[in-house]
Amino acid sequence: MRIEKTSLKMSKQQPTQFINPETPGYVGFANLPNQVHRKSVKKGFEFTLMVVGESGLGKSTLINSLFLTDLYPERIIPGAAEKIERTVQIEASTVEIEERGVKLRLTVVDTPGYGDAINCRDCFKTIIAYIDEQFERYLHDESGLNRRHIVDNRVHCCFYFISPFGHGLKPLDVAFMKAIHNKVNIVPVIAKADTLTLKERERLKKRILDEIEEHNIKIYHLPDAESDEDEDFKEQTRLLKASIPFSVVGSNQLIEAKGKKVRGRLYPWGVVEVENPEHNDFLKLRTMLIKVDNEDMNKDQILLEKEAELRRMQEMIARMQAQMQLQLQGGDGDGGAHGHHV
Amino acid sequence: MSKGLPEARTDAAMSELVPEPRPKPAVPMKPVSINSNLLGYIGIDTIIEQMRKKTMKTGFDFNIMVVGQSGLGKSTLVNTLFKSQVSRKASSWNREEKIPKTVEIKAIGHVIEEGGVKMKLTVIDTPGFGDQINNENCWEPIEKYINEQYEKFLKEEVNIARKKRIPDTRVHCCLYFISPTGHSLRPLDLEFMKHLSKVVNIIPVIAKADTMTLEEKSEFKQRVRKELEVNGIEFYPQKEFDEDLEDKTENDKIRQESMPFAVVGSDKEYQVNGKRVLGRKTPWGIIEVENLNHCEFALLRDFVIRTHLQDLKEVTHNIHYETYRAKRLNDNGGLPPGEGLLGTVLPSVPATPCPTAE
Repeated sequence: MRIEKTSLKMSKQQPTQFINPETPGYVGFANLPNQVHRKSVKKGFEFTLMVVGESGLGKSTLINSLFLTDLYPERIIPGAAEKIERTVQIEASTVEIEERGVKLRLTVVDTPGYGDAINCRDCFKTIIAYIDEQFERYLHDESGLNRRHIVDNRVHCCFYFISPFGHGLKPLDVAFMKAIHNKVNIVPVIAKADTLTLKERERLKKRILDEIEEHNIKIYHLPDAESDEDEDFKEQTRLLKASIPFSVVGSNQLIEAKGKKVRGRLYPWGVVEVENPEHNDFLKLRTMLIKVDNEDMNKDQILLEKEAELRRMQEMIARMQAQMQLQLQGGDGDGGAHGHHV
Repeated sequence: MSKGLPEARTDAAMSELVPEPRPKPAVPMKPVSINSNLLGYIGIDTIIEQMRKKTMKTGFDFNIMVVGQSGLGKSTLVNTLFKSQVSRKASSWNREEKIPKTVEIKAIGHVIEEGGVKMKLTVIDTPGFGDQINNENCWEPIEKYINEQYEKFLKEEVNIARKKRIPDTRVHCCLYFISPTGHSLRPLDLEFMKHLSKVVNIIPVIAKADTMTLEEKSEFKQRVRKELEVNGIEFYPQKEFDEDLEDKTENDKIRQESMPFAVVGSDKEYQVNGKRVLGRKTPWGIIEVENLNHCEFALLRDFVIRTHLQDLKEVTHNIHYETYRAKRLNDNGGLPPGEGLLGTVLPSVPATPCPTAE
C-alpha cells in the first residue's frame, strides 16, 4: 500500500468520495491524516497568548497587527500619577478569527501595569497566579466526567516584550522569565525595532541570547524541520530559528510607499514597512505563530501549510502537557499547578 | 563699579567674573566709534569687551548631569552636544559592563576650547538610576551629590581666607531623559522630578525620539507637558525666575511649545545630499541629528549652550544655591556651618526634607 499524495488533492475536491480506481488493493487509509485535519479544522483551534512587557512598548499595536484586528477599541491610557497607585491587572480578550474555513478562537491575555511601578518586586505574582489557575482549571475539567466541551484557557505562549532602549535584558526581565519559563512557552520579542539600526539590532539580539543562556532561561525553541521535509521548508525553519529573538514593528496604518500601499510607519526620513523582512522580523513572528495565506498559493500548498501549522501548535500543546506532567510529579518545586503563589 | 551693574549679583564676584548682562545670540560687537546721545563718547560700552577678554583668560566651569534609565542614549547625546567624547560611553557593550546594583555618581571632567574660550566641562553620569526591580528612593544618591556640591561651595565661601576663584562643582544643569513610550511619563519620572526640581535646574528631554512619528511626538510632548504642570513640576526655565518681559516671552515660547525637546544623538557621520552630517543610518533612511525636521537636537543644543548657558549658572548660583545656603545657616542658628553653639560641630550635609508626594 503506497501512500499517495494525490489522494489528498482528490479528497479536497470531492470530500465524500475516496476513490482511486487505478491502484488495485487500495484501501484508502491514506486519507486518515486528511480526516484528522479536517476534523480539527472544523472544531477550530483554541490559542491563548499572554502578552507581557512594560507600558509603551507597542504590545497592543503589535497584537492588532498580527491578527489584523482591533482588540482594544476603547482604550484609555492612564497617566503617570494614576500608574503609581495601580497594581498589575489581568485582562483577557477573546476573538474568533476565521480564514478559509479554519476557525481560531484566540484569547489575548494582557497584563497592564507590569513594570510600571517604582518598585516592581510584586509585579509578577498576579501573572503567575493567573497562569497556575488556568492550569488547575484545565486539569480539573480534564479529570471530570463531562469532557466534551472542555475549554482550554491555559496560556500556550507568552510574548515577552523587551525594550529596544536598553543594552540587553533588565533585571526585571530576567527575574520574570525565570519565574515563568517552566510554566509557559516564552517567546522573547524586541519591541519597536525601528529604533535600532541593523548593527544595533544584531548586537542587541546577541546580547539578549547571551544573557538568556547565562541565566539559564528556557525560551520556546521552534522544532527543527523533519528530515523528509522539502528544502524550502527546512531553509525557512533555519532562518526563523536564526532570527530569535524577533525584533518587530507593528502598525495597522496604510502608508503609500514605492507606489503601493503598505502597512507601516511614516517618518520624515523614510517609511518603515511592517511586512518587509529587511525592515523587521514581523513576518517571521507571524509565520511562527499562525501563517496567513498568501493569495497566490494554490490549494495544495495551503493544505500542506495548514498541516505544518497544526503540527506546530500540537507540539506546543504537547509540550505544555509534558510540563504539566512534570509539575504533577512535583518536578520543579514551585508548587506547580496545585498551589497558588502567595 | 557698583553702579550700572545688575544688582544682587556682586556675590558672584569672588567666584567668577562679574557676569555680563545676558548675551544676545549672534549680535555683532559695536564698533568703538559709534556716537551716543551723550555730549561725547565715554567708552562705557567697552566694558563688554573687557569682560569678554577676562572670561577668555579665565575660562569658565560648566557642570552637566545626565539622569535616566540605562540605554536611553545619555552618553551619546552629551558627546553630540559638545562634539567630543566627553562622556563615559557604555556602547562598548562588553560582558563585564553590568548594571550597577545602586545608583553611582560618576563625574568626568574635560577642558574644551572654542574661539579662544576655555570651558572646563564636567559631565556627571548616574548609572543604575531606574534600572533595578525596586527603584524606590533611587534619586536619593543624586540629591545627596547635588547638596554635597553646594556644601563644598558654602564651606569655601565662608572661609575667612577664601580663594579668589572658588572652584565650582555645583550641578548647573540636569538633563532628565524620558523614555519615548508615546503614552505618558512613568511614575519614577514624576517622583524624580518632583524631588529634584527644587534643588537643581532640570531640563527634561525625550530620548531616542526617532522612535516616534511626527504625530506621536507632538501628542506625547503635549501629554508630558500637561502631566508636569498638573503635578506642579517646574522645569528649567522656571516661570518664577523670568526677569523681564523679554525673558518671559522668549521662555514662554520654549516652555509651552518646544519643551521637552525630543532628541536623537549620534557620533557617526554620513553623506546626505553632498554634505557630511551626524546621523543614524537605517534601511529606510538616514536620520539627521541636526535637521530640525527630524528631531529637536539643534534646539536643545542652542538652548543649553548658545543662549541659556550663562543663565543656567546664574539660576544655580542665585536661586538653588542661595536656598541651600539660607537653609543651612538657618538650621545652624545663623552661623556658618561647622560651628555650632559653644563650638560644637554640626553634621556637614543635612538631610533635605522630601516634599510630601502623596
